Amino acid sequence: MSGPYETVIGLEVHAQLRTRTKMFCGCSTAFGAAPNTQTCPVCQGHPGSLPVINRRAIEFGIRTALALGCRINLANRFARKHYYYPDMPKNYQISQYEEPLAEHGTLEVAGAAGARVIGIQRLHLEEDVGKLVHEGELATARSSQVDYNRAGVPLMEIVSRPDLRSPEDAGAYLRALRAIVVYLGVCDGNMEEGSLRCDANVSVRIAGTDVLGTKIEIKNLNSFRHVQHALEYEVKRQAQALDSGERLVQETRLWDPDRARTVSMRSKEFAHDYRYFPEPDLPPLELDPAEVERIRAALPELPAAKRGRFVATHGLTPYEADLLCQGRGLADYFEAAVRESGKPKVVANWVLNELLRELPADDDAAVAACPISPARLAGLLALIEDGTISGKIAKDVFEKMFRTGEDARTIVDREGLTQVADAGELGTVVDQILAQNPKVVEDWRGGKKAALGFLVGQVMKATQGKANPALVNSLLGEKLPKV
Amino acid sequence: MLAALSIEALGARFRDGSATPSAATEAYLARIAALDPKVRAYTAVTRDAALAQAAEADARFRAGTPRGPLDGVPIALKDVLCTRGIATTCGSRILEAYVPPYDATVYERLRAAGSVLLGKLNMDEFAMGSSTENSAFFTTRNPWDLGRVPGGSSGGSAAAVSADMAAATFGTDTGGSIRQPAAFCGNVGLKPTYGRVSRYGLIAFASSLDQVGPFTKTVADAALALRVIAGADPMDSTAAPVAVPDYRAALGGDVAGLRIGIPREYFIDGMDPEVERAVRAAVDVLRGLGAKTEEVSLPHTEYGLAAYYLIGPAEASSNLARYDGVKYGLRVPGARDLVEMENRTRAAGFGKEVKRRIMLGTYALSAGYYDAYYGQALRVRTLVARDFHRAFQTVDAIVAPTTPGVAFKVGEKEDPLQMYLNDVFTIPVSLAGLPGVSIPGGFTLAGLPIGLQVIGKAYDESTVLRVAHAYERATDWHTRKPVLS
Repeated sequence: MSGPYETVIGLEVHAQLRTRTKMFCGCSTAFGAAPNTQTCPVCQGHPGSLPVINRRAIEFGIRTALALGCRINLANRFARKHYYYPDMPKNYQISQYEEPLAEHGTLEVAGAAGARVIGIQRLHLEEDVGKLVHEGELATARSSQVDYNRAGVPLMEIVSRPDLRSPEDAGAYLRALRAIVVYLGVCDGNMEEGSLRCDANVSVRIAGTDVLGTKIEIKNLNSFRHVQHALEYEVKRQAQALDSGERLVQETRLWDPDRARTVSMRSKEFAHDYRYFPEPDLPPLELDPAEVERIRAALPELPAAKRGRFVATHGLTPYEADLLCQGRGLADYFEAAVRESGKPKVVANWVLNELLRELPADDDAAVAACPISPARLAGLLALIEDGTISGKIAKDVFEKMFRTGEDARTIVDREGLTQVADAGELGTVVDQILAQNPKVVEDWRGGKKAALGFLVGQVMKATQGKANPALVNSLLGEKLPKV
Repeated sequence: MLAALSIEALGARFRDGSATPSAATEAYLARIAALDPKVRAYTAVTRDAALAQAAEADARFRAGTPRGPLDGVPIALKDVLCTRGIATTCGSRILEAYVPPYDATVYERLRAAGSVLLGKLNMDEFAMGSSTENSAFFTTRNPWDLGRVPGGSSGGSAAAVSADMAAATFGTDTGGSIRQPAAFCGNVGLKPTYGRVSRYGLIAFASSLDQVGPFTKTVADAALALRVIAGADPMDSTAAPVAVPDYRAALGGDVAGLRIGIPREYFIDGMDPEVERAVRAAVDVLRGLGAKTEEVSLPHTEYGLAAYYLIGPAEASSNLARYDGVKYGLRVPGARDLVEMENRTRAAGFGKEVKRRIMLGTYALSAGYYDAYYGQALRVRTLVARDFHRAFQTVDAIVAPTTPGVAFKVGEKEDPLQMYLNDVFTIPVSLAGLPGVSIPGGFTLAGLPIGLQVIGKAYDESTVLRVAHAYERATDWHTRKPVLS
């Protein structure tokens, strides 16, 4: 992008809440059921049906709002947002408009240039729409069917202030927000399945000015990659347009990931008039301040606080702490293993280098189901610590523990992996290796110090890695000059 | 004749064994068969289901285990209340073939109380109208004069009770749709406090105003019917958790010392002088019974109508958006794409008045107009409610005419504004969310019923019914029956 422009981005994130039932009726929210089997008169918009607020969804919203430092509106209300689309049974969506659940929060986002605080404008609750299934391509489909299973699933919309200054910023914000909703247990954070969706508002302006440029909204950003790519494309497109003297028009554009570009969807003149008005079927929602405080008291430690604590009390680097805090399950795993072993640095190394080879860092369920419990990891580390096995052998043992679900001791005993630390026994092996490799010994004598490493390797190989490396080194150092 | 009896009298006969629910149901079905071709109150008669329900009630009485005052009582519902497996049309082509998969809470409660459903009743399409002339199917006739309308929108419900084609019926009132037809047909029509009765299963017209209530032959019957349908409902967040008293037990006390307000603004130029005379005479009757009557002022009355015709249509434009041919009801075939299908379905499915209100409401909610129209109407609504609140500082109930005139002729009021003026005395009460009842308050020289409206404080249906009951005992208007051969 050419020099004088500054990018301004704001994100609207929709998070599906992990409640068991829908926002305004008792139907299940479970994913993947046969079409229209999780529906009732309410979520199908039958004549005469009425919405009833899911208190659990409100609690989830409050939990998130508090984690983002928002001000909770103790009196808030729902509103109807009108537009015609067949995936929306009532042709209006029950959402919140003038009186959202919460406003004025912040989210600290780690960026290349250090941490930045991004403003949260508002957080509100609404209902999801159903899904259209087209017979073939939309343009030529012979028919389309509607599945209302998703209609009425609770959604939380979190709108940032236009505080993001680059596509990277936007990506970092989205990751941080995702980590929080997953930590709080209110959303599973799965962008591919649509549990987390993102629309972006982006404009460019001459750097140093306060006036915002023409705002373009981009929809259909259903992965972290798409968000970043679409924004990069759009920033470039807008800058080029301005460079060539074009005037941008306020519009909504759609990200086409296959062609890697945004395409115009509708301009401002065709923008919907949503005709919002207060939902008369639901009385204003009055929240009990004591209830809000109870939710606040029960908030878990959030990623930012946890990262700081890991650095301060466990002596980790910020980078290590960041990686370990990607998922609440992983962070808990780490701390449990530290409690068992008392060696945070070593545990961190093993978790980051070995455990994350086996499972995704942010998959709490996989971490919880990990065949190597924190206590067993500590048991393995203890075997290294007391010299029973070498670090190298330990890696193999770790892998076997993961595959078989056995503890370290069982595997080491059965497979005879105990380290050889007997100077007499090892001395014999060393003598044999020296005798078998006169050429290498010659090289060493000639000043080629790397030859020592080769000999160590040969000894380790002869002992199937069970030799104590320190002892091998000292034996070689002692015997070599005498050959 | 069983069909002429009140709920109370019918219940007494069931208990003493001199009649059975089946006999009563047969009597009503026979009467419907004989008279409804003229009156046209019913959109559907559920004969077989009714006889089956009646047989079950018979068994309960035989076993000595009746469920309560409505057990075995033949009733009917305005076709705006959802009945599982029974078509519920809302008087509209767009729902002509719609069969709800669930029962309205009101019907669920009536069924649980043992009452027998005779069928569904005609109405103005989507409850928009004051004469049933807006029904997509046919116009119901006033049993007192078949050339006249029964009022609306619950015209079928009112006509059925007056013609003894049901012991009681249930309608809905948004701006007067229970009270006005009750006045026109000369029976008791009670609109409870907004929030008193669940709206679950009531096909919405204007959600912040709609309320279900009974049409009955006597005030005592209204008390019995209200008790069955009233009370909080987990399916309706606007149905308030306010305790439901024994309304019947609250009747019979005298009204001596009760303070009754007569609103100055409810006697206007152009109203039928016979109506004004009857209402003033009714006030004298109440004074004669010992009530203290005084004039009160409800200064914002004249703005109520305008506010109502913004709020009602605004909510209706939203509530009726769901009828698009996608999910249920009418779908006009042959369209090339979705938008054309929706447009053609709505064009064919909705009648003139419904379209008029959808357009009015859509406009009132549009960006740039919201505050001037919908917002302003809400502010007027607050002022109207405040008028009543102030008046109820000094009086216990308010007595007024239900309508400015009596039943008009079919086809007489072609101008929608003339039609809207019918509701000028009922709308403010609806805007304020208060309970109101219309009871027989006399007859014109030509023999047409005149309605007397009693209005009360929020959730104080007991006082409303007590005043109405005292007046009813002192008069005999309610004993008159239309002559229908």
